[in-house]
Amino acid sequence: MREAFGKRGALTGQREPFVHPYIPNSVPETKRAMLAEVGAASVEEFYADVPESIRLRRPLDLPAPLRSEAALARHVGGLLARNRSARDTLSFLGAGVYQHHVPAVVDEVVNRSEFLTAYAGEPYEDHGRFQALWEYQSLMGELLEADVVTVPVYDGFQAAGTALRMAGRITGARRLLVASAVAPDKLSKIEDYVRPVHDVVVVPVSPATGLADLDAVRAELAAGDVAAVYAEAPSALGLVDPALPALGEAAHGAGALYVVGCNPMSLGVVAPPASYGADIACGDVQPLGVHMSFGGGNAGFIATRDEERFVAEFPSRLFGVAPTSVEGEWGFGDVAYDRTSFALREEGKEWVGTAAALNGITAGVYLAVMGPQGMREIGETIMARTRYAMNRLAEVPGVELPYAGAAHFADFAVRFTGTATVAEINDGLLERGIFGGSPLPGSYAPARDGAAPRRGAPSETDALYCVTEVHSKDDIDRLAAALEELVK
Amino acid sequence: MRTAPVSVTPADAKIGPKPPLRRFHQARWDEPLLFELSTPGERGVLVPEPEVPLDGAVPNELPDALRRTAPPALPELSQLHVLRHYLRLSQENLGADLNIDVGQGTCTMKYSPKINEQFARDHRVAELHPLQDERTVQGVLEIVHRLEGMLAEISGMDRVSLQPGAGSAAIYANVAMIRAYFADRGELDQRDEVITTIFSHPSNAACAKTAGFKVITLYPDADGYPDLEALKAAVGPRTAALLITNPEDTGIFNPRIEEFVRTVHEAGGLACYDQANANGILGITRARDAGFDLCHFNLHKTFSTPHGCGGPGAGACGVSEALVPYLPRPTVEFDGTAYRLDDDRPGSVGKVRPFYGVVPNLVRAYAWIMSLGAEGLREVAEVAALNNNYLMKKVLEIRGVSAPYAEGRRRVEQVRYSWAELAEDTGVHSEEIGLRAADFGTHYWTSHHPYVVPEPMTLEPTESYSKADLDEYAAILAEVAREAYDDAEAVRTAPHRSTVHRVREETLEDPATWAVTWRAYRRKILGA
Repeated sequence: MREAFGKRGALTGQREPFVHPYIPNSVPETKRAMLAEVGAASVEEFYADVPESIRLRRPLDLPAPLRSEAALARHVGGLLARNRSARDTLSFLGAGVYQHHVPAVVDEVVNRSEFLTAYAGEPYEDHGRFQALWEYQSLMGELLEADVVTVPVYDGFQAAGTALRMAGRITGARRLLVASAVAPDKLSKIEDYVRPVHDVVVVPVSPATGLADLDAVRAELAAGDVAAVYAEAPSALGLVDPALPALGEAAHGAGALYVVGCNPMSLGVVAPPASYGADIACGDVQPLGVHMSFGGGNAGFIATRDEERFVAEFPSRLFGVAPTSVEGEWGFGDVAYDRTSFALREEGKEWVGTAAALNGITAGVYLAVMGPQGMREIGETIMARTRYAMNRLAEVPGVELPYAGAAHFADFAVRFTGTATVAEINDGLLERGIFGGSPLPGSYAPARDGAAPRRGAPSETDALYCVTEVHSKDDIDRLAAALEELVK
Repeated sequence: MRTAPVSVTPADAKIGPKPPLRRFHQARWDEPLLFELSTPGERGVLVPEPEVPLDGAVPNELPDALRRTAPPALPELSQLHVLRHYLRLSQENLGADLNIDVGQGTCTMKYSPKINEQFARDHRVAELHPLQDERTVQGVLEIVHRLEGMLAEISGMDRVSLQPGAGSAAIYANVAMIRAYFADRGELDQRDEVITTIFSHPSNAACAKTAGFKVITLYPDADGYPDLEALKAAVGPRTAALLITNPEDTGIFNPRIEEFVRTVHEAGGLACYDQANANGILGITRARDAGFDLCHFNLHKTFSTPHGCGGPGAGACGVSEALVPYLPRPTVEFDGTAYRLDDDRPGSVGKVRPFYGVVPNLVRAYAWIMSLGAEGLREVAEVAALNNNYLMKKVLEIRGVSAPYAEGRRRVEQVRYSWAELAEDTGVHSEEIGLRAADFGTHYWTSHHPYVVPEPMTLEPTESYSKADLDEYAAILAEVAREAYDDAEAVRTAPHRSTVHRVREETLEDPATWAVTWRAYRRKILGA
């Protein structure tokens, strides 16, 4: 270090040796002392088992480093400046990722080093995360009216895939019926995940109403070998299908389980799936206080009754509460650990690994500040504004609301009947500082030329708009006014 | 309150030396459950009013059976009381920022730089919707694209996907690609076996089984190296792939890794590299150079993103050219002017998670690599290996501990030790030593199951820890080992200075007494 100061304190500009702030032992004197201590001439000795034939004898070809924090901040800041966020733009995008207000207390808690940087300690030195995650399970349990809720899995896609495989193991049957509109990306994950053991049968929703085709579901059930009927509330079209209870009755009548994916944000006003017959509920907690993060903020939940045949099929960890050796102390630990792949490798249920625990803690803090009244009120506000937006947009010439008859939560489909396509309309909205709704997958609606739509291909006429508590009446009126100019 | 003046000297003001080990005591708030803190009527946050008329239609437009009638029995707390509860819980949690976190071996606990937290929380990351017009998200797409390129260079692979949610999800995505590859060749019915090793992460075996493969697990040879002869006996026309970690969880690098890959290739199988333990070999050796067809990284391990109490992490899958068509969709493409998402990939295994990956962690990992560059990454690896071998020297000076296998050889970035001798001598088990370590402000992890190494302890001192940290950690283990020999009861009844005392775990295995939620506890235990 002395060389940097030169004689009599003259500045030299010297920046060698390379000592990185993240690597304390990169100080040459320290390295020498440690090598001497272990009796090694150089670090090369530690790689004696790496054959020369696979040694990389050149530097990695990477961009030159930005070693000072100031330079790094400037570089990354420059990249982020090329993004335009939904904080600064009025956005009507939903379709699986929802913009909600995140209470400041939520960020304050989950950004704590103690939670952010912990990992997999024991229920002693990491008592806090065990309690926070058990409380998360418990808060979700109240919301879902379910006695068993897992520590978070990765996301709602994974939760649906695993819930369906759980149903398959419980029933021993092969076929899975998808009865409501499910986003094609989610269906893609489900199909890939269940493929080794299940056949997925998509029972198309009615093109006219977007609702489940109960007769067609019953016919598929009659064909036998059905492990589960899967439905979503709200569906990928945003509607809450009045047939949800009947789908459960039909499934049970055929010896199948009923698996329902739901948006937990709706459960202050919409009934929890268990109350209308769901055996397994699943979904994503992103709406509950997790930032959207370009689709990177997820955690999946799976919930069941407290029956051994269900509990035994969870792949993920389940935290439980237990006494300690001291009266009045809440202790925690793993419930029925010997079903996981941590305990049994390939003999465990599916697999478990690092998933999304912190987002579970986030959802817990969110539910704790919201409380029962908060969840009811936010549900009312969202439903009221969704309906207002639907009614308001329906007044715009050239706009139809194809499935408006059903109750909606947050998402709703809009059909443009003029010549302007969804993409053209969204271009115009973007010029006016608005992110318009995303094109609906064409499979939900007939294509313009009458041809069979390719699954997942964006529709030119139909878009999914989304309204939450962050959208004021004025915001909705502004959207309607812009659409009046753009829809031709 | 001032007392009469007394005569003092500078010696009276001198603060004496600290004892060799920290007099640690973890926070013990004796904190109740949230549900016990509830006061009916209290509010934590208020939400916007509807502004528009409810007029009896909303939410009453829901059919009766679909309308919630009874409010959820969530607790009711004022905002301060929610905050205070969770801050107390946070103090009862030992984050990596607070301790010498070298004891969670295989987990690669390292410093997660705070500047990267600022990037990840910036609204131009946190408040982006994934379906925004691509023109409004060029910055984040560029970060993803550049990070893919950097990880391709680090692994030598031709293409990388950053979609998987974490390491095990990346293993699953790789297995899904292997399955799709053989399905395309009409060989899936024939190739229904996957080979792995017992010192590779259990998710390799478990993901392969979940994807429909039979699993063959190889045990090490007498020296602890993966057994080439066993592999040769296992491969054949039914082999789909080898899933293997290297260095394995013992910290031993497999010197015959090229022969392993060649053996599998000659049988017509694919070689898939679990790079969870890559931290000690960055810039030293690469997956593709050893012939691997697929590999994965855990960005929350090797590339510094915080572990979040068990996620969200982030996974990266790297593949050779032949497997590029099977990568999860969409990919991020750059035409020289703009970045775009390519969802039109007919051969793709499809989605492995929503949208494009755990984007906040991709931003953090990108910034971490950019702060280090090639020379810095190599320094990470070399110092991690130096730290590990230094700590091994210190640990092996402790009575009762050993490092089984590869006698006299160096290790790379971690070591799986054994307390078998101490357990034999004292009856104290490895788990108990780990719990006693909690009384000194740290901890360790034993090993995945089964315990092939008896009484295991896995330590991985990454580049983040100083020489003084390693000396302190070794001194804690030495003290606990001494106690085990001199006063075994003190260890067996530990922890003594932690948040809680020994948990009666037996209630967690019985369906009549386990309680996964407060409502289950109320019903089953309280009878309420």
